[in-house]
Amino acid sequence: MSEKEIKSLEEIFEKRIANDEKIEPKDWMPEKYRQTHIRQISQHAHSEIVGMLPEANWITRAPSLRRKVALLAKIQDEGGHGLYLYSAAETLGISRDEMYEQLHSGAAKYSSIFNYPAITWADMGAVGWLVDGAAIINQVALMGTSYGPYSRAMIRICKEESFHQRQGYEILLTLCNGTPEQKAMAQDALNRWWWPSLMMFGPKDAESPNTEQSVKWKLKRKTNDELRQQFIDQTVPQANILGLTIPDPALKWNEARKHYDFGEIDWNEFWQVVKGHGPCNKQRLDARRTAWEKGTWVRDAAMAYAEKQEMKLEKAV
Amino acid sequence: MNESLIQYIFGIADNALILGQRLGELCGHGPTLETDIAGTNIALDLLGQTRSYYQYVAQLQGGVATEDTVAFLRLERDYKNVLLVEQPNTDFAYVMARQFLFDQFHLLLLEKLQFSQDETLAAIAKKSIKEVSYHVRFSSDWVRRLGDGTDESHERIQEAICHLWQFTEELFEMTQADSEMVVQGIGVDVSQLKKAYHQNVSEVLSEATLKTPVLEFFQKGGKTGRHSEHMGYILTDLQYMQRTFPNMTW
Repeated sequence: MSEKEIKSLEEIFEKRIANDEKIEPKDWMPEKYRQTHIRQISQHAHSEIVGMLPEANWITRAPSLRRKVALLAKIQDEGGHGLYLYSAAETLGISRDEMYEQLHSGAAKYSSIFNYPAITWADMGAVGWLVDGAAIINQVALMGTSYGPYSRAMIRICKEESFHQRQGYEILLTLCNGTPEQKAMAQDALNRWWWPSLMMFGPKDAESPNTEQSVKWKLKRKTNDELRQQFIDQTVPQANILGLTIPDPALKWNEARKHYDFGEIDWNEFWQVVKGHGPCNKQRLDARRTAWEKGTWVRDAAMAYAEKQEMKLEKAV
Repeated sequence: MNESLIQYIFGIADNALILGQRLGELCGHGPTLETDIAGTNIALDLLGQTRSYYQYVAQLQGGVATEDTVAFLRLERDYKNVLLVEQPNTDFAYVMARQFLFDQFHLLLLEKLQFSQDETLAAIAKKSIKEVSYHVRFSSDWVRRLGDGTDESHERIQEAICHLWQFTEELFEMTQADSEMVVQGIGVDVSQLKKAYHQNVSEVLSEATLKTPVLEFFQKGGKTGRHSEHMGYILTDLQYMQRTFPNMTW
């Protein structure tokens, strides 16, 4: 294809996106669009499956049967989200095994929030309320993204995530209506998860690269800072209902801006965790790698069995 | 309060609880995402069944009893699950072998229990049959896959089946509560299920190119509350919150 032809294809492509048309797997797309989407969708899928780990840590210890069942169902949903996000990424010409390899080698990232430990039962509430809450804000924006399979996955995922968020909030509400010990457990969880949740929206706009391109492709419909502000504005009243204190002395309603002002995020901590030195980075990656390596003989057996069955069928025909 | 009926229900429901708990340990660590999700699904089914049984027990016990006091606040000796379900998740072969050896029994049991004179038990059994039929299919398929897969998988699943076989005889043990409930038309005579069980199990094993073990000595005790060393650890996790923070609502 000549450069001129590519240029005209690119123009048609950009026009389609501007017209709110969806790009589908078989459509022509610029290589950069493909690579950017593989990166983002696979990162999103990895976040779902690594995100299963901190919560799975509490399945055997959940305090009631109802909570145990709800937690299992939630983690199962996350596995399901991982599945259709991997499938969405596969439509762009990468295999799931390749994506796993990138995760295990550290080449692909996943959401840093899962590198924090889930150490009390209240963390199951805080993760649902804050982490899923922050994820929803990011994901709602992505429902209108330009790549069809990703957009459709987001629509489905958002429905389930908002259920998870309510479930998390309800866990904390129960604790806050409970004994002083339970309420202290809830406050401690909020203290630990608040700032990492704010970090989920990424660096400040001034330090966030690639934004312009992502806005054009509708991978980004609002900036990091806008989404973070939306999350804070929405979450503060919910914390008030719980009777919990957000661990930020600078947090204050600004009547002129009609938004909450808030304190400075510890960006050193943010980069420390992103670069692999958070409390659980090694533990999470090791768990994924171990599951994969220990499962090799099982996957090999399944392949060998399938091949044998196919040969039997061929012989029979 | 019908103590024999309660003991009888423990003999069924505790299997579902403890196996569900064991499967819960694996969540997020499966060999593929699909098996991970399926394992969680089976755990969910089993714990759902557990809740139905325990809610019934709580109703029979009356007073302050709830499904959670039944699930979390008993002493080890008062859990009546078979030894098979408390065996550890040694590897995927052990997990599937344990599941397979239990599922095959579980389905036969429920197929009879659905005709119990006790309407609640009959209803729970009827509802659970659908779920457990799927469990049987899932675990039998994996036994076939591993048995007739690679040399390594064949060896591993054969070893797991041989090791776990010693716990199968207990499935057909009749406790006192079992006998009393059989007389009342409520319970199932599990000793009568042995033949069908061995036939069904051997059929799958042979399709999987595996040998059905022949054993002289078997282990039992769980049904009367004498458990393996594993059980204490299972209960430590299971009861942790309820024991550390007693009398609270979660």
